[in-house]
Amino acid sequence: MSAVLTVSALEAGYVRDLPILRQVNVSVEHASLTVIIGPNGAGKSTLIKAIAGLVPVSAGRVVLDGADITGIRPDQMGALGLAYVPQTDNIFRHLSIRENLALVLRRVEDRAARLDELYALFPPLAGKHKDRAGSLSGGQRQMLAVAMALATRPRVVLMDEPSAGLSPKIAAEVLDLARSLTGQGVTVLLVEQNVKQALRVADHCYILAEGRNQLDGPAAAILSDPLVGEIYLGGKRVGAA
Amino acid sequence: MIGMISYLAFFATMAGILAIVVLGLNLQWGYTGLFNGGVVAFFGAGAYGTMLLGGRPELGQFGGYEWPFVFALAGGVVLAALIAWIVGMLTLRLRHDYLAIATFGVAVAFESVTRNAEWLTGGAKGLRGFPRPLEAAIGNNFAYGLFFLGMVLVVLGAVYWGLQRLVHSPYGRALRAIREDETAARSLGKNPARLRLQSFVIGSAIMGVAGGLYVAFYAFVSPQDLAPILTFQVWAMLIVGGAGNNRGAVLGAFLIWGAWTASGFALSKFAPQAMQLYTGSIQYILIGTVIVGMLLWRPQGLLPERIVTRFTKTAAKAGPTSKGAI
Repeated sequence: MSAVLTVSALEAGYVRDLPILRQVNVSVEHASLTVIIGPNGAGKSTLIKAIAGLVPVSAGRVVLDGADITGIRPDQMGALGLAYVPQTDNIFRHLSIRENLALVLRRVEDRAARLDELYALFPPLAGKHKDRAGSLSGGQRQMLAVAMALATRPRVVLMDEPSAGLSPKIAAEVLDLARSLTGQGVTVLLVEQNVKQALRVADHCYILAEGRNQLDGPAAAILSDPLVGEIYLGGKRVGAA
Repeated sequence: MIGMISYLAFFATMAGILAIVVLGLNLQWGYTGLFNGGVVAFFGAGAYGTMLLGGRPELGQFGGYEWPFVFALAGGVVLAALIAWIVGMLTLRLRHDYLAIATFGVAVAFESVTRNAEWLTGGAKGLRGFPRPLEAAIGNNFAYGLFFLGMVLVVLGAVYWGLQRLVHSPYGRALRAIREDETAARSLGKNPARLRLQSFVIGSAIMGVAGGLYVAFYAFVSPQDLAPILTFQVWAMLIVGGAGNNRGAVLGAFLIWGAWTASGFALSKFAPQAMQLYTGSIQYILIGTVIVGMLLWRPQGLLPERIVTRFTKTAAKAGPTSKGAI
């Protein structure tokens, strides 16, 4: 296994000279699902946004397949094989489902075939392709957001709390969907508040707190470690029922 | 009978010119979410630009080059686009209400320049003397009125057709995407700053076209033609018709202009003599009431934005029927 995405000593924040992330390191293996968890305000979403070029980086490096992509412009992501699924407002509600997908597919050469493939991959979207995206349910919206992210055949997908605001059943389905991407050779880095479910589908886990790395390791090990649950994840074992 | 037709042609010509302005605003607001509070400045730039290039020379007055109408109009449109580009570069980082205030300020400044730069704009008395296209060849006033109406409707149709093509293209889709969420659009590879500027310039150039037609119609332009109320009238037309729908924009222009004209006529005919002085003010209140009323009870307008189901040929081939998977 080799690291596809590496974050080294990253410092980033919304305000100059006030970094939220402090010396954060993350390494994501090819075709794996890595989850970043931690309490509110830990800097999880900031990390994802900094990788995607949406938050200014003041120090450190982001390397994708050996190429330094630190501080890329967000509109360069697609060309670099990177896709980002925002936590909220990740679809265009007043556009049809097909228009949402067509927005991303504009620069894809075989866009007609690709649109076809995406419909086949996400059948619920196919049946509603002429409907307004705003008419979709919460889970279907996330499905559309993931479909948009996958449209350009990215190597790495960054997801910011894809299960936020969804019922437990739908959240599990969305996380299973994220997991299934790795089977297609896609590398997934996601941020989650839904710790137990996220660890269930993840290969590796990083815990952040106060903008710093606290712990990392195989997701299964962290899920079953009572001490981790006590210290970082809400004061009780996350693996407990 | 001829008098009635003549009046209707006059009414429809003005409504058609205003419909072109509303279409320009619809591109900016309806499709891109740019709150242009200075519509009248770009309309005025087109009007003054066309007049300066195509008008008759006057002693001590800049301009009056008597360019053929089409070239003078093109010059007016370029002037409107140029001003929009400069204004856009300076203000388009602003959002919604701040952009509205900034552009409203631009309109006030523009009107102030036209009122004071006498050597350039003729000052408060304005500029007059514009050789109207083909007027001499047609001769008859009634026939010319119909000809001009036809010309305005052709331009309106061309602008409508062009905008429909634009907003149904991938470019239009990108505009609507940045209207909804700039960050998300940016993360999908769009360049919101560039798209916003382009939309602002194109919309303002369309307003400039209307300004040029207005000057050719009246053969006169003055700062009174650039009063702020025009901006609010155009906004009322778009809100009533339906932002994000070009048919709605045209419908709103004809309806509001009709209501404006009818209310002016009714007030002058039936209002007590003591009230006659306040006719204009009462009409202003009516416009304000229409805007507020529509925003409260039917914010989407009479013809709301419709979802786009027509696609370019390549995209249309892709249907949800394939059994293929990744």
